[in-house]
Amino acid sequence: MLRDALAVARKDLKIEWATRVTALQVVPFAVVVLLLFGFALGPDPQRLEPAAPGAFWLAVLLAAVLGITRAMSIESSAGAIDGLRLAGFDSAGVFLGKLLALGGELVFLEFILSVVTAIVFGVSLAGYLWLVSATIYATLGIVAVGLLYGALLVSSRVRETLLPLLFFPVIAPVLIAGTKVWQAALSHHPSGASSWLEMLVVFGVIYLAIGTVAFGPLLEDA
Amino acid sequence: MEKFHYSRADKVQRLLGLGAIASLAATVWLGLVTTPPDEFMGNLVRLIYIHPPLAWDAFIAYGMNFLASLAYLWPRTRDLRWDQLAGATAEVGVLFTGLLLVTGSLWGRPAWGTWWTWDPLLTTTALLFVLYLGYLALRRVPDDRELRARRSAIAALVAFVDVPVVYFAVLWWKSLHQAPTVLNPTTNKTYIHGSMAWTLLLGFIAFTLTYAWMVMIRYRIGAGEERTHEDEVNASLLARQGEGR
Repeated sequence: MLRDALAVARKDLKIEWATRVTALQVVPFAVVVLLLFGFALGPDPQRLEPAAPGAFWLAVLLAAVLGITRAMSIESSAGAIDGLRLAGFDSAGVFLGKLLALGGELVFLEFILSVVTAIVFGVSLAGYLWLVSATIYATLGIVAVGLLYGALLVSSRVRETLLPLLFFPVIAPVLIAGTKVWQAALSHHPSGASSWLEMLVVFGVIYLAIGTVAFGPLLEDA
Repeated sequence: MEKFHYSRADKVQRLLGLGAIASLAATVWLGLVTTPPDEFMGNLVRLIYIHPPLAWDAFIAYGMNFLASLAYLWPRTRDLRWDQLAGATAEVGVLFTGLLLVTGSLWGRPAWGTWWTWDPLLTTTALLFVLYLGYLALRRVPDDRELRARRSAIAALVAFVDVPVVYFAVLWWKSLHQAPTVLNPTTNKTYIHGSMAWTLLLGFIAFTLTYAWMVMIRYRIGAGEERTHEDEVNASLLARQGEGR
């Protein structure tokens, strides 16, 4: 299973390296979203600074939807998923592999976004250990839920419109918890952040488990 | 002309319907006419006869949706009828959740001075509403029948598991909702007038019957739709075979 996962992850990352869709389309899109938040809130630093964590996470979620759609469209085009199944790949392995690849791409995006947030919202990235751990666990939850829903919709023609409607309500706790940890860390009071971090971990683990089990049955004759 | 034959399901449905309408009418009468206005809330208190029962209905609707989806996913009990039931109960649940939000808002404006607050119960309910709207939208996406049932069941699982997480997330985030007042656990005394308690109880019964009635109708419509679809396909197949000859 792990070997399958690594193979699928390598395949997805190779596709990304060749096409640069995340690097050249999704990341710039997320940066634009951050700038739009700046325009919406006005240039007053007093308002921008407290809004920075929320803006960062919303930009991440919006970009994540694009990333998920992209990750699943790789599989649905030209019967790629059938190829994987014919090659005897374990479906849990395929899920974990896609999770690794998409998670890696999202972490890359989040790294760039956090730097941009620090610059345009005028915050200093203090307590970065909290920031990093919150980001990693949140990413796990986002990617697990996202791929699960991506697999639900893989064969349907309304994927682009239905995915956000399904994905955003479920992911709301991650937005809340991620924003809270970031707020606590940025305001130099990280003590209140630990229970939010736990929530991110629990969320990630739950959906990792559901996704690993449910991914296979969803892709059969999809 | 052939006499219309009522099946047992027809009779059950009719009985449920009569019970639902009668108990709803009684609730309206007791709630609006017989019971006294509240000492503090005045006539506003009359919303209590429908608001908690609506919440209860939404709760059983989503619980049933979860159980039916599990039953479908479990290989031994796999049957498309479970999927049909899951769809019917979710649809009714979304309707009641919508009504719950509306009645809550009507209450909130005079009682709290605002149509909406970012309170955990309210926020969770609103998210629940959108979550299951998404689920219903997913159910409508045309595909192979079995595949559709499977993915609907998994989506129902994902949604149901999310509800407590959302609730706790929002609870820690902010809190204001009215604590349960019928039985106050700190003093363990009943703070409700006798006739009010009975009316509320009746409200629960009436809305449970209404729920069961609506789900039954919706389930049977769904089953009928499927049968018609199959009949149409079969008829077209026969016609096509006839052409070939």
